[in-house]
Amino acid sequence: MEIKVLGTGCTNCKNLEKATINAVAEMGLDANITKVEDIQQIMSYGIMRTPGLVVDGKVVVYGRVPSVSEIKEILLNAIQ
Amino acid sequence: MITVSIKPLNKRRYILLLLLPAWFLLYHYLQPLTDLLVDRVFKLPRGAHLTESVRFFIYEVPKVLLLLSLIIFCVGIIRTYFSPERTRKALEGKSLFTGNILASLLGIVTPFCSCSAIPLFLGFVESGIPLGVTFSFLIAAPMINEVAVVLLFGLFGWKTALIYVVTGLFIAITAGWVIGRLHLEKWVEDWVYRIQSGNHPEDEVMRFPIRIKRGLEAVKEIVGKVWLYVMIGIAVGAGVHGFVPQDFMASFMGKSAWYSVPLSILIGIPLYSNAAGIIPVVSALIEKGAALGTSLAFMMSVIGLSLPEMIILRKVLKLPLIFTFIGVVGTGILLVGFLFNMIF
Repeated sequence: MEIKVLGTGCTNCKNLEKATINAVAEMGLDANITKVEDIQQIMSYGIMRTPGLVVDGKVVVYGRVPSVSEIKEILLNAIQ
Repeated sequence: MITVSIKPLNKRRYILLLLLPAWFLLYHYLQPLTDLLVDRVFKLPRGAHLTESVRFFIYEVPKVLLLLSLIIFCVGIIRTYFSPERTRKALEGKSLFTGNILASLLGIVTPFCSCSAIPLFLGFVESGIPLGVTFSFLIAAPMINEVAVVLLFGLFGWKTALIYVVTGLFIAITAGWVIGRLHLEKWVEDWVYRIQSGNHPEDEVMRFPIRIKRGLEAVKEIVGKVWLYVMIGIAVGAGVHGFVPQDFMASFMGKSAWYSVPLSILIGIPLYSNAAGIIPVVSALIEKGAALGTSLAFMMSVIGLSLPEMIILRKVLKLPLIFTFIGVVGTGILLVGFLFNMIF
């Protein structure tokens, strides 16, 4: 699973990254988490609000920081 | 093993329904409760400086926090119906002046955080929204925010809150229009026009319980961020309320001191993150003879012209445009300050 956290380095972006790492660890997923900080790359995902969460090339959340349990649900949906 | 816990929403919904009447009861009986606490429990001597400061603090802190929680909850729900993407669509193809008005109004309700200023700016520019209209949005969105409006309502009354919103809108509309007429596209960084954004992901389908949840999340996030500033601000305000002599502020923040308006604007620019803390202090200063226009100009500068936002915008705007932006908005605030000092 390829997970990307989109964000230019604000507090919310860091919080989302942390929450995602926790969610992945709690679920024991085999996932590769990377952070995308380049604004041109972020724009290529078509979002106007950061942070964003991308799972296997698809934007699943943007503009807010979901809780760890919500991220788990989102990742679970993405697997199925 | 993958486990996901889904909390039952029903139970929470009942708690929420009980919370609302509790809110109104507490808000309604806050003054007698405060008096009970100050006069009977603490047994402080009536009328003493310290007593009045303590009374002010014990009353204002829960009042402002109660107001903030309820209003942010409602605004949080309303905001789920808006998004920058929809706002952008609404602004596409609008003529300059109509665009400025619409952008300023949408700036109030569209969810916005200054950390998203860059993607928002890029998204607007890319879809051909004029620079001036984009600026109207970027001025209104941070300046007319729910925290500032609630604090003004709670500490100054609805009239001042309304004046703030209306003059804020006026500044956002005219400043954006002026910037649009100046045709400053050459001062936008060149790479901005080469940006190609991908397809926007589909909007979430939201049922009402989810919107309520978003409202609660907004309360948790925003109140969690500002409560300390509110407490400190009210504590300083309480000190001013009880100990600073009447008309103390009249000489340097009063009507007769014309230079106080531009000076307050200049001081306000670097004081950014403390809008929640500054409004309670200003409310106490007004009581001691500071003029309304000067105070209004000061608060608008603190909230609307923030240094970190300028630094963020520097990535997409060249310096002359940043200074033009500060100059135009600052002039608008200056006019508002002088006008209100003249009227009141």
